[in-house]
Amino acid sequence: MKIFDKILKSFTILILILMYLPIATMIFFSFNSTKSLVRFTGFSFRWYSALFQNRIVWGALYNSITVAVVVTLVSIVLALLMANAIVRYEYRGESIIDAFIYIPIVIPEITESLAILILYIFLGFPRGFWGVVLGHATFGATFAVVVLRARIAGLKKSVEEAARTLGADEIQTFFRITLPILMPGVIAAALLVFTLSFDDFIKTTFTRGPGFNTLPLIIYDSAKRGGVSPEINALSTFSFGISLLFSAVRLFTLRRGRYE
Amino acid sequence: MTVAVELINVSKRFGDVIANDDVSLTIEKNEFFSLLGPSGCGKTTTLRCIAGLEEPDSGIIKLSGKVVTNVPTHKRNVGLVFQDLALFSHMNVFDNIAFGLKMKKVSKEEIEKRVKEMLELVGLPGLEKRRIHQLSGGQRQRVALCRSLVPEPDVLLLDEPLGALDLKIRRRMTVELRRIQKEVGKTFIYVTHDQTEAIVMSDRIAIMQKGKIKQIGESREIYSHPKDSFIASFIGEAVNIIEGVYGESGAFVGKKLEEPITVEVREELLNMPVVLSIRPERIRVARKLRDLDNILNAKINSVLFKGMYHEYEVETNNDVMIKVFAPNIGPTTAFQVHDTVQIGWNKEDVVIIPVS
Repeated sequence: MKIFDKILKSFTILILILMYLPIATMIFFSFNSTKSLVRFTGFSFRWYSALFQNRIVWGALYNSITVAVVVTLVSIVLALLMANAIVRYEYRGESIIDAFIYIPIVIPEITESLAILILYIFLGFPRGFWGVVLGHATFGATFAVVVLRARIAGLKKSVEEAARTLGADEIQTFFRITLPILMPGVIAAALLVFTLSFDDFIKTTFTRGPGFNTLPLIIYDSAKRGGVSPEINALSTFSFGISLLFSAVRLFTLRRGRYE
Repeated sequence: MTVAVELINVSKRFGDVIANDDVSLTIEKNEFFSLLGPSGCGKTTTLRCIAGLEEPDSGIIKLSGKVVTNVPTHKRNVGLVFQDLALFSHMNVFDNIAFGLKMKKVSKEEIEKRVKEMLELVGLPGLEKRRIHQLSGGQRQRVALCRSLVPEPDVLLLDEPLGALDLKIRRRMTVELRRIQKEVGKTFIYVTHDQTEAIVMSDRIAIMQKGKIKQIGESREIYSHPKDSFIASFIGEAVNIIEGVYGESGAFVGKKLEEPITVEVREELLNMPVVLSIRPERIRVARKLRDLDNILNAKINSVLFKGMYHEYEVETNNDVMIKVFAPNIGPTTAFQVHDTVQIGWNKEDVVIIPVS
């Protein structure tokens, strides 16, 4: 059994190495002093300083963050309403609605993106900031529902009823009792949605207007134009860092939420 | 006495299930009133209707003389201690207890003073800063009680709040609850399926079965004069029920008994089918008995030693099994299986219940 344990452990480590080796390489060469992606010639922040002087990068970063923030807010509000409806009320066709909510997770993103684009054209809905936000919110709300419904299902009805007997009306009960208890779930869902939106490429490509860039788009554009340069490495590393930060906060809050 | 809570013909159904069937109750101010019944009898629904958490299909609910049937929960000024306690896990003890006062916009100093007093009343001084998950079951119970009591509700409803505790703490808490109720001088309505709890604590008890109130009265009265055989067997540790007919004046003719049993005279029951109910502790057992209204020859069929008393099952000459609790007053009084004995009781020890 000991040998078996060791083999399992080695496999796990091997898989982790395979997963993170490319990222590690990218991060490593983003600190290279020359353009080479083969030979490391010395440590430098040169590509990062170039990056932060680039106005296009700043504009894209601003877009990425504002889109992600608005998408997160819209998704969380929608998801709170949907998850409540799914968990607490019984109605006809509940299982069908339940299934439809999860479809955005399983269908290929490109199919969904194309569908949204066609709808926008059909409705004459302008592409650009709000087009991207609505596109992202379709999957954002879905993922948020998955996270929130477990939390809501674990919320005892009696806790809210207790608040009511203590003189709290429905709105006070929601903001003082329900929402604070759901908060670890809300934060986890928000960070997940933020990360997904921040990293999204396909849907943004389909729903953005001319001249509207986000970080993933300019990374792709410059890679396509000039091959892979250390500047892109630096940009990707930066973008990766933001995502990593949010994932870490999410894991941390989830772990804390377990003790509540 | 003023009336604290009044229910007039309250009915409530959930789909096909009738939870409350024409329930009428009058509960007086400062009374400790228990709703007692087996699970699913509708006692919790009655409580939730009083709190406004359920809306009755028909009937009227009055609190302190005012009709509140359509008043929302948060405007009724009732406290409710839930079965699962329903403490706010994201708040500490102080914030849990202070919640109701904050909703009433009581000043900060006043809140701090009253929370402190309340914690002292239940024997948990200085626990304000504790988190809920750091408390023991008994402590949580007390915090839940404090939280519902501190806003000074007109009536406090308790929905089997002791259910999750182990037996020892439970028994202690029943005494404690009664003390607190006397101290704060409030109307308590207590829902339970545990008849011991109800008997110990209550001024009056209402027995519920299948959504209906079967009997209302003081513990002693219900225990010794149950209205039907369901109540007789539900209340108390055990009861002996013998079927028969009420014969000529003052005689009960058991279906399987050779000789009639002398009972109190109740002419209105003449020749009616009745049951005779007698508590095991009211039956005396000895080798030879004298000076009792009824004495039967019997044989010990089984013996259970219960510490404080012996639980005998005795068999009369006609195979009627009767349970007898005999206090443990020394080893010489104990009987063995197959011993020949006599059992006996006076006519006021039994209750004759007409069979409906």
